Amino acid sequence: MNPPLLSVRGLSKSFPIRSRGFRSRLVATVQAVDDVSFDLNAGETLGLVGESGSGKTTTVRCILRALTPSAGQVLFRPPAGGLTDLAALSESALKPLRPHLQMVFQDPFSSLNPRMTVAEIVGEPLVVHGLAKGAELQARVDDILKKVGLKPGHRARYPHAFSGGQRQRIGIARALIMRPSLVVADEAVSALDVSVQAQILNLLKDLQAEFKLTYLLVAHNLDVVRHFCDRVAVMYAGRIVELAPTAQLFESPRHPYTKALLAAVPWPDPDRPMKLEVAGEPADPSRLPGGCAFHPRCPDCFAPCALERPALREVTGASWTVACHLPSATQPPSVLPTHGTDRG
Amino acid sequence: MNATTTIASTARPPPREAGSLSPWALTWRRFRRHRVAVVALHALAVFYTLALGAEFFAPHSREWRDLSHAYCPPQLPRVSLAHGLFVPAMRRLIDPVTFKKSYVEDETHPVALGFFVSGESYTLWGFIHSDRHFFGVEDPAQECYFFGADKYGRDLCSRMIYGSRISLSVGLVAIAVTFLLGVTIGGVSGYVGGAVDNVIQRAIEIINSFPHLPLWLALGAVLPPDWSPLATYFAITIVLALLGWTNLARVVRGKILALREEDYATAARLIGASHTRILFRHLLPGFTSHIIVVLTMSVPAMILGETSLSFLGLGLRPPIVSWGVMLQDCLSIQTVANYPWLLMPVVMIVLTVLSFNFLGDGLRDAADPYATR
Repeated sequence: MNPPLLSVRGLSKSFPIRSRGFRSRLVATVQAVDDVSFDLNAGETLGLVGESGSGKTTTVRCILRALTPSAGQVLFRPPAGGLTDLAALSESALKPLRPHLQMVFQDPFSSLNPRMTVAEIVGEPLVVHGLAKGAELQARVDDILKKVGLKPGHRARYPHAFSGGQRQRIGIARALIMRPSLVVADEAVSALDVSVQAQILNLLKDLQAEFKLTYLLVAHNLDVVRHFCDRVAVMYAGRIVELAPTAQLFESPRHPYTKALLAAVPWPDPDRPMKLEVAGEPADPSRLPGGCAFHPRCPDCFAPCALERPALREVTGASWTVACHLPSATQPPSVLPTHGTDRG
Repeated sequence: MNATTTIASTARPPPREAGSLSPWALTWRRFRRHRVAVVALHALAVFYTLALGAEFFAPHSREWRDLSHAYCPPQLPRVSLAHGLFVPAMRRLIDPVTFKKSYVEDETHPVALGFFVSGESYTLWGFIHSDRHFFGVEDPAQECYFFGADKYGRDLCSRMIYGSRISLSVGLVAIAVTFLLGVTIGGVSGYVGGAVDNVIQRAIEIINSFPHLPLWLALGAVLPPDWSPLATYFAITIVLALLGWTNLARVVRGKILALREEDYATAARLIGASHTRILFRHLLPGFTSHIIVVLTMSVPAMILGETSLSFLGLGLRPPIVSWGVMLQDCLSIQTVANYPWLLMPVVMIVLTVLSFNFLGDGLRDAADPYATR
C-alpha cells in the first residue's frame, strides 16, 4: 500500500482564556483538540463527525495551518518531495505547499469577497503564486468555471449575483484551480438546502475522480457522511473516539458515543420514537472530566472510565479503532448482535 | 448539474446587467435617491469651482480697495428696462458731529453690471492671462459691492471667493493626512491586535481626552510667526490632522477586527496571500465606503477648526485671505452691530458645513446595503 498522503500525529490545540483588563492573567485553557492522530490515504475520503464544539473545525484548521497547533505533527507528502511536517513550518516556508492544500468553506456567503468579481476570486491563487497571468490566467479560470458547472460568462459578475449553490461552486473552483492533492471541506454543504446539497456532493465526487483528490470532510449531517466517505472519524470533546470504515461504523458502532450519535438522527416517521439515551450536556472543553471525557454521560460507564483515559484500540485491524474501556467495544463484529440503526 | 445550467441560461447577458454592476455602481444608484445629498453635492461642486477659478469669478482682486467706500453696505443687482442690470451708485455722507460714515443710494447714477466684463488683469492657474471677470461692473471706474465692503473698502464678495480657496482646501489637505494616519494606525491596530492594539487604543483615548481648542491654540502658538504664509497654512492643516485621525483609526480598527474573521480573509491566507495583500486587497476594500463617509463627515470639523484658529489670530494671518481671517474684523460687537455684512463668511461656512454633513449622510445611507429605503 502507498504511504499515506497525510499523517496527523498527536495533534493538540488549546486556546488560553485571559482575564479582561490591562494585565491579562491566564484564567483557563480550552482544550479544543486533544491528541488527535489519523492517517489519510491518497484518493480516499475521510469524514470527521461529532457534535458542535467537538473540535472538528479546529482540527482541520490546524492541519491547514489557519491555526498553529499547540503540539503534534501534521506530516504531509506533497506530490514532489518528501514528508513535511506542516505544524513546524513558518508562514513563508508554508507558502510553496499551499497550492497542494485547499479548503472549501461552510458559508458560501462569507467565504467570497463581495468586492471582487468571480474571475478575480477564482484566479487569485494563480496570481498570488505567480503561476499564470494574462490570457493564460483567463483561460484557466474559464476552464475551472466550466468544470464546476458555471459559465465563463459569469466571470465578470460579483458574488451577490449568485445563489448559495452557485457560490459554493465558485468556492470549489477557487480551491481546485491550483490542482491541490488534499481538499478540506469544512461543512461544505451544511448551509445549502437539500437538493442543492446533493448537486454539490455529486460535483465533489466527480471532481475527485477527475483530479484524483483526497477529501477530508467535516460534517455533522450523518447521511452526508454515509454516502460520501470511505472512512469516518467520530470526535468528542477534542478527541477521536472511533475511527472506522463507513459501512462498519454505521452497521455496528462500538463507542457508546457513536451509538448515541447515530441514534440521535431524526427519522421522518412520527410513530418511531427517538432514542435519546444520553443525558447531560456536551463536555465543557475548558473543564474536561478526567479519564474518558464521555464517562459522565455514558450509559455503560464503569470503574476505569473516570480514572484512565482510553487509548485507541483496534477492533479489526488498523482500519477500525475505538477509544473505549468496555471489553465489548473491541470484540470482533461476528460475536456481537448488530447495534445501532436498522436503517439502510 | 442541470439545475445551474438552466439558471445560467435564463440570465440574458446585456452589457450592464445587475450582476456585473460593481458595488460602487450600486452605491451610486442608491446615493442618487437621496435628494438632499445630491443637492449638497452640487452645492459643494459650485463652491469648489468658485474656489478653483477665483480670479475669474471674483469681481475684483484680493487686495483691490477703495478707501472712499469703506464699510459700504451690500447692494443687490436690479433689473430695469431703462438700465438693464444695474445698481444705483452709492453716495457717502459723513455726519459732521460724529464723523460716522453712512451711504445713500443715488438713483440718478446707475452703475451698469454685466457678465464677462473686463476689469483687472490676472493670471489664472499660472498660464491663463486675461482681464475678463464672470460678473462685475461694466465701467472699471465705477464700483459696486455685492456683499458690502470692509474698513479698507475691499470687496467682501471677492475676498470670500478668494478665501474659500484656503478655507475649503484646508479641509481636504487635512483629510488627506487624517486618512493616511487613520488607515495606517487603525489598520495595524486591528490586524495585528493583542498588545499593539491595546497600546494604540489607549493612546487614542489619551489624545481624545485633550480639550481640542486649547491644544490647537498651543500648537498654533508654537508656529514661528516669521514663516511664509504657505508654510503656516500647511502647519495648520497638520495641526488639525494630528488631532483628527483618531476617529477614523477607530472605525478602521473596528472594521478590520470584524472582517479579518470573515471566511474570505481565511481563504486568502490559505491561498498563501501575504499580509499586505490581505489587508489592502481583501479587508480595506470591504469598507472604503465607510472610510469615505467618516472622512466626509470630518471635513466640516477641519473647516471649523481652521476658522476658529484664524479667528482667534493663531492660525492664518492677514496677508492670507480665509474665511476665518475675514472674521477677525468681527471681533468687536460695535463693528458687528454697525456693519453686520462683515459676518457674511459665516453664511458660507454654515452652507459648506451643512453641505458636507448632508453629503456624508447620503453616502452613509448609500454605502449601507442593509438600509431600508
